Amino acid sequence: MSANDKKKELLLGNDAITRGIIEAGVGFASTYPGTPSSEIGNNLEKIAEKNGMFFEFSSNEKIAMESASAAAMSGVRSFVFMKHVGMNVAADPMLTLAYGGVRGGMVILTADDPSAHSSQNEQDNRIYAKLALLPMLEPSTPAEAKEMVKESYDISEELTLPVLFRTTTRVNHARGIVEEGDVKDVPKKSHFTRDIKRFVNIPANARTNRIRLLELNKKAAELSEASRFNFTEGKGSTGVITSGVSYTYVKEWMKNVSILKLGFTNPLPEKKIAEFMKDKEKIIVVEELEPFLEDQVLRIAKQSNLSVKIHGKRTDDLPMAFEYSPGVISALRHLADVADDNVPLARPDIALPPRPPTLCAGCPHRGIFHAVRKAVGRKEVIYSSDIGCYSLGAQPPFMMADMILCMGGGIGAAGGFSEATDQKVIAFSGDSTFFHSGITPLVSALFNGHKFTAIILDNRTTAMTGHQPHPGTGREFGGRRTEEIKIEDVVRGIGVKFVETVDPYDVKATIDVMTRAIEYDGLSVVIVKRACPLELKRKKILEPRVCEVDQDLCVKCSTCILSIACPALMKKDGIVSIDKEQCMGCMMCGRVCPKDAIKVIP
Amino acid sequence: MSERCDKGDPMKYVIQIVGVGGQGVLLASMVLGNAAMAEGHNVAMSEVHGMAQRGGSVLSTLRIGDNVISPLASDGEADMILGFEPAETCRNITLGNKSTMIIMNLDPIYPSTVTAGSSEYPGTDEMISSIKKVTKNIMTIEATSLAETAGKAVAANAVMIGAAAAVKGFPLPKDAVRGSLLNLVPEKFRELNAKAFDLGYDEMRK
Ligand code: SF4
Ligand code: SF4
Repeated sequence: MSANDKKKELLLGNDAITRGIIEAGVGFASTYPGTPSSEIGNNLEKIAEKNGMFFEFSSNEKIAMESASAAAMSGVRSFVFMKHVGMNVAADPMLTLAYGGVRGGMVILTADDPSAHSSQNEQDNRIYAKLALLPMLEPSTPAEAKEMVKESYDISEELTLPVLFRTTTRVNHARGIVEEGDVKDVPKKSHFTRDIKRFVNIPANARTNRIRLLELNKKAAELSEASRFNFTEGKGSTGVITSGVSYTYVKEWMKNVSILKLGFTNPLPEKKIAEFMKDKEKIIVVEELEPFLEDQVLRIAKQSNLSVKIHGKRTDDLPMAFEYSPGVISALRHLADVADDNVPLARPDIALPPRPPTLCAGCPHRGIFHAVRKAVGRKEVIYSSDIGCYSLGAQPPFMMADMILCMGGGIGAAGGFSEATDQKVIAFSGDSTFFHSGITPLVSALFNGHKFTAIILDNRTTAMTGHQPHPGTGREFGGRRTEEIKIEDVVRGIGVKFVETVDPYDVKATIDVMTRAIEYDGLSVVIVKRACPLELKRKKILEPRVCEVDQDLCVKCSTCILSIACPALMKKDGIVSIDKEQCMGCMMCGRVCPKDAIKVIP
Repeated sequence: MSERCDKGDPMKYVIQIVGVGGQGVLLASMVLGNAAMAEGHNVAMSEVHGMAQRGGSVLSTLRIGDNVISPLASDGEADMILGFEPAETCRNITLGNKSTMIIMNLDPIYPSTVTAGSSEYPGTDEMISSIKKVTKNIMTIEATSLAETAGKAVAANAVMIGAAAAVKGFPLPKDAVRGSLLNLVPEKFRELNAKAFDLGYDEMRK
């Protein structure tokens, strides 16, 4: 601990985790990008190779889970990471993986998103640990995350089980001081030794493995009792049991309390918890989302014949919804000593314009949304949309999402809408989303004779999560160069008869294609292909171009603003102009202008 | 853990940086965070990544001190609000209290709701006076214009960082902050950023 020459860095939680798996000697890592876990993948894309690690962007989380499982079954330390909803996709292999377990250490990271900052829900994935009977660790800070991820590998190897590593946005996207540690030298390649009883879960073996798993959970409980990540601190007759980032709020804002901080949260250290509660006047359980700890603490108290009052969500002292903050702790003043708050300034008495996130200037999605609106006209349409930047199309002026469920859900649900209603159905899917889980629903739609239009927005990247490659772009890494898989070829290969590819910057052509696709009596697929300008900028291959409005020609009709709604277009004091800082020169606005008043600046 | 010798109350300074996705709020918080670490302080920060970066409001919280561990600040805890954009500064005033120093860049970025004409962007004077009604601790700066003087509008964040370093009671020495900035920006933009930082610093010391 005293090594003063160790490098200290101010790291993002996700950077600390990346560092942790490098130090743990992980040989195989896989993911499907998802906020708040994405930065780990962006890091590994750069550094995996030089650390002897194989890192893949799998097509979806299920594949990521399966491939990382195989590595760990073979004896190589593996790491698979995803956002919380990704775990729903990966749950199928995960629940059976637990039965046979692993040889090399395996850590499964789920990055939960309380308050749904960048997600469609705020599910609490700790419940998966109970469902899958997997040991689970939950860090509170970036520094602890690094330590924990390393130790998770030892736990995993000792138990021969994968470890669930549960983070939340305020750990992944927190920044703190992290000290560099030594890199463990473990083999990055191994040899798979057959063990049919363990790894072939036909019913007879599954039954044996189920018993194995239950036995291993007893051993896991012992590790949890002894774990340095479950510790007490402070003094007081009020006991606070907490985990994750909530611990940091408790530690800084609650006074004169005794804290039991839990980091190894499945199985819980039941003896330690009972011991902690024994001499307390009251217990407060502070955790975000579901009463995962609280319900077990209530059960442990009952089984230990403790009558101490337990406060938390079940007593309505703490909220179930949304992430916690120091403010949530302040609301516990009736139960414990809480640090004095500052009196916040009053809100200035002024009307402020809302600032929702929006599609970028030059975003090709603007072109297709405009074209769809033109092609649809007055027809009644259901927009079955999906997860990605184009979810932002739900906002005015486009209002082009009537339903969003999950990755691939747009095309999947379109079949149901088309049969259950007489309305026209248009599904949206991104390119990365299409490869994630958009192909199977297209197959199913064709097979079942559904009639709808699927639009695949091919912007040549996984944009929303920070521009990762996907099967449609190919990949260059570690001396490999993989070819791009053409979406059009896939769709044709399935047997779809109406398939057209169009450039959304060419607004007129796009309207024409969309009109025919909507009229088509059957399953029609339109691939809208144009690279995300941010991606081009990132790769430094964007040709800088800027447009301007010729004020002599402009009749101030606002058609450009209303149709394309680009943030670079501005109307001030009746004058329509273009912000040169933001404009990407895509000319979509120019193509809708009835007066040809918009030109590229030569 | 870096324990510092006990001299009365533990040191703590909280900075909230508010602005719009793409303005360099994240870089600014990194610059200040790295400088604080180099000065031997503990640092706990939280950042906004993901969807909000698409032109939405962004907020970076930076907590410096002996005992900080929480990445989030409590209501009104900020010692400084570094407002990269005027409307966002107005929106986030409640992060501060009556002693909070507010530095507000006066150069606006219009949200899509304004450019599309569905909402109004308030006038500069109106924004300043609305803040002055709730606190007297506000300093304004035209960071983008100053950055243009330095060479490029994108260096507005360096102007803001320089302005922050000039505030009375700011816990980090000027040179530490300046050095941290120059360390983080690419070589070819070092001169521009140094110039912009100095312009921001001098403007506040006027
Ligand atoms: S569409 Fe053309 S004429 Fe109409 S406001 Fe825009 S630039 Fe002016
Ligand atoms: S050309 Fe028009 S639509 Fe394209 S980025 Fe510039 S202002 Fe926006």
